[in-house]
Formats: sequence, structure tokens, C-alpha cells
Amino acid sequence: MSNTPDDRKYASSHEWALLEDDGTVRVGITDHAQEALGDLVFVELPEVGQNVGKGDECSVVESVKAASDIYSPVSGEIIAVNESLEDSPELVNEAPYDDGWLFVIQPVDVSELDEMLDTEAYQQSIDDE
Amino acid sequence: MPFIPHSEQDIEQMLSVIGADSIDDLFDEIPANLRCAELTQIPSGMNEMEVTRLLRERAAQDGLPLCFLGAGAYEHHIPAAVWEITTRGEFYSAYTPYQAEASQGTLQLLYEFQTMMASLVAMDVSNASLYDGASALAEAVLMAVRANRKSKSRKILMPSTVNPVYRKVTDAIVKNQDIELVDVPFDPLTGQTDLNALAAFAGDDYAALVIPQPNFFGALDHVDEMTAWAVDNKMLSIAVVNPMAMALLKPPGEWADEGVDIVCGEGQPLGAPLASGGPYFGFMCCKQKHVRQMPGRIIGRTTDLDGKEGFTLTLQAREQHIRRSKATSNICTNQGLLVTAASIYMSLLGPEGLRKVGLNSHKNCQTLVQRLTRIEGVSQVFSGQTFHECVLKVDADAQQLIDDLAEKHDILGGFNLSADYADLNNCILVCATETRTLDDIERFATTLDALLKQQG
Repeated sequence: MSNTPDDRKYASSHEWALLEDDGTVRVGITDHAQEALGDLVFVELPEVGQNVGKGDECSVVESVKAASDIYSPVSGEIIAVNESLEDSPELVNEAPYDDGWLFVIQPVDVSELDEMLDTEAYQQSIDDE
Repeated sequence: MPFIPHSEQDIEQMLSVIGADSIDDLFDEIPANLRCAELTQIPSGMNEMEVTRLLRERAAQDGLPLCFLGAGAYEHHIPAAVWEITTRGEFYSAYTPYQAEASQGTLQLLYEFQTMMASLVAMDVSNASLYDGASALAEAVLMAVRANRKSKSRKILMPSTVNPVYRKVTDAIVKNQDIELVDVPFDPLTGQTDLNALAAFAGDDYAALVIPQPNFFGALDHVDEMTAWAVDNKMLSIAVVNPMAMALLKPPGEWADEGVDIVCGEGQPLGAPLASGGPYFGFMCCKQKHVRQMPGRIIGRTTDLDGKEGFTLTLQAREQHIRRSKATSNICTNQGLLVTAASIYMSLLGPEGLRKVGLNSHKNCQTLVQRLTRIEGVSQVFSGQTFHECVLKVDADAQQLIDDLAEKHDILGGFNLSADYADLNNCILVCATETRTLDDIERFATTLDALLKQQG
């Protein structure tokens, strides 16, 4: 059974969103997602400064067997990307909730997070898959 | 288990399950006027003896004309070993096998082809080939729009000195994806891309600049200046090159400071005969950083569990069977047979052999131009340096001349440029490769001289 920490919110498309103390939102993919994808070989990150809408495709994670789009969980501006993934995409497999984060958004409307799933609901959604 | 997939019974059963009366019903949504009617003009079948005779007669009608025509396809000497080896049973399939890794020999050959092409144009990576030069340029344009993430533009700067057929094919492929090709005019004195006209586009947002070498007029273009200009203006650069010229000229990977982003072109000069327009093959190489945006198949070298060397399809996550509608391209195959011939051709000649072919072609074209321009009523149009083609103006009806040369004298005298270039009325693009002798050139010259005197 995969790990689903309860300090953050989840999307049914397997992204997590963590509201930081400074009001920004850090985004990554879940433990369940990295396990399903297998060993990641490449992460295509968005451009810093890029504006994204909730649900926009803004990143691609590629494993040895698949390439999947990452959808932005909230609307806002990309203010940071995890550059260490360029050389070490395996960080997403090793630490999906920590060093394997993908990007940080300055959200337009933090309340968009309320529309996301909590730990229990996300866990339920993957159990139902 | 029977291997006939759809028996009459199967078909009836399937139709009844989905509630359709006939197979035609399945195509109802296609308007009747677009649907294929009965093929009434196709004659009935012939046996092998009849077909052989018919085709031999047709081939005789074509004759063996003396060729001074290039314009995108070139007559080079092909050593007999090239097609002798290519048509061996082990190679004689144009298709990547479905279980590709079961065919290590095929994959190794494609891998070596990629190595040769990347080395010829001095780029990091090559794919396993595309359909032809024109569609390779279209794929390069699509790739540049995807890869240039600093630009929001879907416009491409396309010099008018790029082969007109390539420009038409590219436009046909990309226009419905809202990609626009914007013309960059040529310098009427040199036949090269007009750098002043190019400079006028500075500061505007374009995804990429296309750089031909040599260009359609045979002229060596301002490749370093154009590559550097593209970098300064945040565009990617796409070189479209004749691979034979690359053995002689500075390769695109070394243009300006960092080289171009993408190289593509027509592979026909490398071992494929002139045959009614094909089959030929396209090639594409790029910088490592763009490899995930490159279309087509890529073969990689790796080691298996026992540590033995092996070859495999790599970076497949870009491709249709995995990425579905978001694949980099609908190209999921390669021109295996032509690539086999090209790899054998390049292996037999080696870098020095290719250089000699290029150099002798260049010299023969120089000789041709010097000889033809001694004829009254024939003059050279551009002053720029050329590879193995050159534009000549005739004081006569160019099309009439070309027709007379072909019909009455069995000489292909060149390509009439007036249809594609309004300013180049009665201008002919002529070509000489290493296959032309002084006698050939003299025969062309005296025939042309006589025809001009008749027309005049």
C-alpha cells in the first residue's frame, strides 16, 4: 500500500499540492503514481514565469514504459521548478513527496485547493481503481 | 486456428451484433462524393511474363538520357556492391520488424546509419530516417515549434531559396496546425538568402529559421551568419542540407558558435538511383537537448543482462504506440531498405570517398558552367559560390529548349525555374555530378548552341 501523507491535497490525476507557509503551492506526483509509472528517465518541467490554469497540462514525466502529462492543480504563475530533476529524475521515484517535487506555483486563488481530495478520499480513489 | 481473419460468416455475425446491414453502412458518415467508387479503369490481371514484357517496353521508352538535371535528386555512381548487398535476404525488407529487438542485425545497421549521419553533419543524434527530404523538413518545422519553449510563435522563417517542392509539402503538412511559413527573399545578385531582408525580421517572435545548404540555386548560403542571427533572435535553426555536400563543407553542427538545432534533408544522393521520383529517404539529426522532441524511431546501443552488447529501440515514450495522440509525430517507421543502401554506400566510400565525389561534382559543374557560358545567349545569373548546380539564363524560351533537348537529343538539360520564381524567367538550373565527363559536357554544349541558333 502506498504512502499518502495528510499534510497536503490530492488530484484524482495523481498530483499532490502542498500549501507552503509563504502562500505558494508546491506540486509533485504521488507515491502511487511513481510506482505505477516505474523508473522515471525524464521530467519535462514548465518554464518559470509561465502562467497556468487549474487543470492545464504543464509538465511531462516519462518512465521507461510511459509518458504522462502533469496537470496543474491550481491556477497561477510558475515561480520555481525542481532543476535537480534534469539530471536526477529518479528523485521522483525515491522521494515523491520531498526531493522529488516538480514545481511551485504562486496561486491566484488558494481556495482552489479546497476542491481537491484529502488523504482519505485520494486513498479511496486509488483503492477503487 | 484459421488465419483468414474475416470469413463471410464472421462478417455477418459482427454486422448483426452492431446492428448494421452491410460494411458500406459503416462508412455512411463520409459524404458519397468523397467515397471511392468502383475502380472501372483498372485492367484485368497479367501474368509474370506479360508484366515483364510490358515494363521492359515502358523502360525502353524512358531511354538512358544524358542527365544535367538535379533540383533535389542527383545522379551519382552507385558501386555494384551497394544493391547487391542491400537486396540480400537478410536486408531485403523495408520495415522495422514488430518485435524489433528480435532482429539485432537490422537494429545494428540502423544504429550504424545513425552514427554515420550524425558524424557527417556533426550533430549529437540522428533518427533511423524519415520518408523523404520534403517531409523531413515538415517534421523539422513541427519539431521546432514544439522544442522552442521560449517562443509562443507558430511562425517559421523560410527562405525562398529552399526547394519549392519542400516548401509546398511542408506548408501542406503544417498549415492545418496553424503553423505559418514566412518567406525570406533572396539576393538577386548572389542567389543567397538576403541578409538585409532577414535583418528586418529581427525582434519579432518566430519559432525557427530554416537554412538551406547548398540552397535550391546550388549556392552556398550565409550559414554562419544565419545561424548566429537565429540565436540572437531566440529562434531555433533548421538546416536543410544535401548530405553529399557535407563531406566537403563545414557541417551544420559547426555553423556559428554552437551549430544549428536540427538538420534534415534528402538522403537519395547516398546510394539511391534516380527512379521516377522515388523511393528516397529523409534524414534528421539534432542536438542532444532536443532528442525528446525528435520524430521517428531511434536505435540505441546497450548491454543485456549478461553484459553483452545489444541494440534496442529507444526513447519510445515519444511515439504513437505509447503517447497516443500526444506523440511527437505520426511517423512510427523508417525507410529501412534505402537506409541500408545508404549505409553500405557510405561504408564503401568512406569519408575520403564521399569528399572526392563532392569535389569532382563541384569541379564538373564549374567546367560545365564555363563551357556553357561561352555560348552566345547563355549567361550565369548569380555571382555566389556553388556546389554542383548553377543557374543559367538563356536568350530563348527555356521550356522549349529543355523540351527539345529531351525529345530530340536525349539530354535532360536542367530545371526551368520560371514557374517557381517569377523573377527568373528563362532561367535554368543545371547540374553536373562526378558522373559527367568532358565529352558529356561538350555534347550538351554543342547541342544547346545549335538549338539556340535555330530558335534565334
